[in-house]
Amino acid sequence: MLSYILRRILSTLPVMGIVALFVFSLLYIAPGDPAAVIAGDQASPADVERIRQSLGLDRPFLVQFSSWLWDILHGNLGTSIFTNLPVAKMIAQRIEPTFSLMAITLVLTILVAVPLGVVAAWKAGSWIDRTIMAFAVFAFSLPVFVVGYVLAYVFALQFEWLPVQGYTPLSNGVWPWFQNLILPALALGSVYIALIARITRASMLEVLQQDYVRTARAKGLDQRSILFIHALKNAAVPIVTVIGIGIALLIGGAVVTESVFAIPGLGRLTIDAILRRDYPVIQGIVLLFSFLYVLVNLMVDVTYTLVDPRIRY
Amino acid sequence: MDRRTLLKGFAGVGSLAATAGLSMPALSQGAAARTLRFVPQANLANFDPIWGTQYVVRNAAAMVWDTLYGVDAALQPQRQMIESEETSDDGLVWTFRLRPGLKFHDGEPVRSKDVVASLTRWSARDPMGLMLKAIQNELVAVDDRTFKWSLKAPYPKMLLALGKNSTPIAFIMPERIAQTDPFKQIPDYIGSGPMKFAKSEWVPGAKAVFEKFADYTPRQEKASWLAGGKQMLIDRIEWVVIPDPATAAAALQNGEVDWWENPITDLVPSLKKNRNINVDIADPLGNIGSFRMNHLHPPFNDVKARRAVLTALSQEDYMRALVGDDPALWKPLPGFFTPDTPLYSEAGGEILKGKRDLTVAKKLLAESGYSGQPVTCLVAQDQPITKAFGDVTADLLKQMGMNVDFIATDWGTVGSRRAQKTPPGQGGWQVFHTWHAGADCVNPAVYNAVRGTGDKAWFGWPTSEAVEKEVTAWFGAKNLDEEKAAVGRLNKAALEDVVYAPTGFFLSYTAWRKNVSGIAKGPLPFFWGVSKTA
Repeated sequence: MLSYILRRILSTLPVMGIVALFVFSLLYIAPGDPAAVIAGDQASPADVERIRQSLGLDRPFLVQFSSWLWDILHGNLGTSIFTNLPVAKMIAQRIEPTFSLMAITLVLTILVAVPLGVVAAWKAGSWIDRTIMAFAVFAFSLPVFVVGYVLAYVFALQFEWLPVQGYTPLSNGVWPWFQNLILPALALGSVYIALIARITRASMLEVLQQDYVRTARAKGLDQRSILFIHALKNAAVPIVTVIGIGIALLIGGAVVTESVFAIPGLGRLTIDAILRRDYPVIQGIVLLFSFLYVLVNLMVDVTYTLVDPRIRY
Repeated sequence: MDRRTLLKGFAGVGSLAATAGLSMPALSQGAAARTLRFVPQANLANFDPIWGTQYVVRNAAAMVWDTLYGVDAALQPQRQMIESEETSDDGLVWTFRLRPGLKFHDGEPVRSKDVVASLTRWSARDPMGLMLKAIQNELVAVDDRTFKWSLKAPYPKMLLALGKNSTPIAFIMPERIAQTDPFKQIPDYIGSGPMKFAKSEWVPGAKAVFEKFADYTPRQEKASWLAGGKQMLIDRIEWVVIPDPATAAAALQNGEVDWWENPITDLVPSLKKNRNINVDIADPLGNIGSFRMNHLHPPFNDVKARRAVLTALSQEDYMRALVGDDPALWKPLPGFFTPDTPLYSEAGGEILKGKRDLTVAKKLLAESGYSGQPVTCLVAQDQPITKAFGDVTADLLKQMGMNVDFIATDWGTVGSRRAQKTPPGQGGWQVFHTWHAGADCVNPAVYNAVRGTGDKAWFGWPTSEAVEKEVTAWFGAKNLDEEKAAVGRLNKAALEDVVYAPTGFFLSYTAWRKNVSGIAKGPLPFFWGVSKTA
């Protein structure tokens, strides 16, 4: 197992290399010019050109790419064209809000979606199943920003229970931290809850048809043990897979959610960097997310061995 | 367990809702009243007001760096860091003396050598500064409080250049910082103004914090825009970047922020209904919409095609697309200069008045030789103003019989592509839209977009000798009457040559909670004189 994990981690290196080349090339050919954004609307074309030169953006592709790659290999993600701050520092400033949002959303999703899916499968065809699946379809159909606005309107503006926007670091206390993340996590998690609930139901339905479940019932095991200990464990592989894929969805959803709730996370940093053409920041974030995605896939593969003893690497 | 440990336990972990009030680091009423939370128009992505000339940078920099002169609400430059100035009889030598007791945020006194370095850097980037640089003999420090600027030719607009509020402003920085290449960012933000920039708390895209500078010496006069006593009644100003307008509106209504610089028009009715919120016009100088044509390529390299556009263009269509049905927010603009300012002129503006005439426009277009080739129209969809203008323009050009190649893109791409002089089929363009702050359109000195200097002109590269002749006449004018006459002729010439097509004059709102007072209308948010009760 250990050698497998090591091999997988090593295999990320060429993946990251390809991602790096791809991202750099894409940004190089993409329209837009950070110098024009920096110079502002009143700047003359000559000013824009001077700024472009001072940023080194007039250098040939290979020169720019090799210089960037050399810095990356030395652990330097570069400096933001706009803020003049190290990209690593900018990412570090934004990692906590995004990871907090993703973690709470993930926990909330698993705590809500898996039991819902299990119950829906258990009561398949009943009004409970139909209600849960109707909710899933509804939640799946609503865009994150619409859910976000509705939640903010109801719970922040009408009831004044929760803040509309912002983020409080965990170091300022658990409740202030959690308070700012409740609505965003609900908004971001709604689609994800619907997805996992549906997958759990489908997977559980298949497992509940198996002979060993009938045997368990015949032995007189209680329903909760059958559902959550025997059946769920065997239904877990597709659920874990979708949760893994869902983390990628969360990254995408975080971009919208962070904008709606003004959370200073990586999603907003990404949007700001793209709109301004802040190439080093975009490249740094994409590399980080690519690495995380590879890591999540690895974790999913390892988790398979925990839920299914037949799987060994 | 002692009391402090017990309280820490509550604050740290808390029993969630039950401890909501305890776990927040409770600000006393006084502390809350001394902190102002402000939602700026955009993200403060950099903080060098010479290197980056975006308005948001200027607005933040106006708190942190002081200026030698400051333009007041009457558009007149007034002494700010300067105690006195003298001009030689021939107008070639200016001698300035600094006020005593001026300090930078690191405690160092403001000296003439700092001023010389700051003006040198500024004059490499600013249009008026470049003019000064072109006629400069020398700019030197005479002693710690005196500096001298010798010129080869008189420059009557010197004080306006040093005090204007259009970007880049001549801010005064320490010499070691001001010696930075004007095309590179400054490494540090040691200021000379009433507020210090808290760099350690800066999260670009999210938050910027400014703290009161205790050693700032304000002037005794009443504050008026960038002039007068910049008395800070607030200890700490937090700029909270909220990219989503609906969220910003909700945050203002919920009391999470105190002042929102520019609420979008759609949300203003709901803000006006809230009894805790004041809404008013932000800047009486407003903005001028611009339909910019490329003078280098057909069809708009022919003045007849440009006049065809002016003949058919309805400013009301553009303005209503932007501000809706609120008549307080716009007015027609048959000219290029800001309404209700001394140099405003409608000379030659008949072409933009009265019934719009598509028949004449089509005739003019045909005479220009246009025969159906695609007209590339760059439209930034991420800016509500340019998106609204772009949609109206596409419809207008189609009605005129033009083949519109509508490029829906973002402002970053427009910003890059508009600099291309190549033909539209090879990456260039024929039309893009923007807007100019009214404060930048009060006179020709700060108004790049109206100039007709061909290759050196602003994007679109209009050539107009008549316009340039009147710009020169304005610079040489000896009194306001001469200035008005020159600008009247300039306005007429710019409309005849159609330097660009003005799409109207529009205003915007600003909104703040009623426990905040002292907010002044102006071209940028002024924080001096603003106070807040808990």
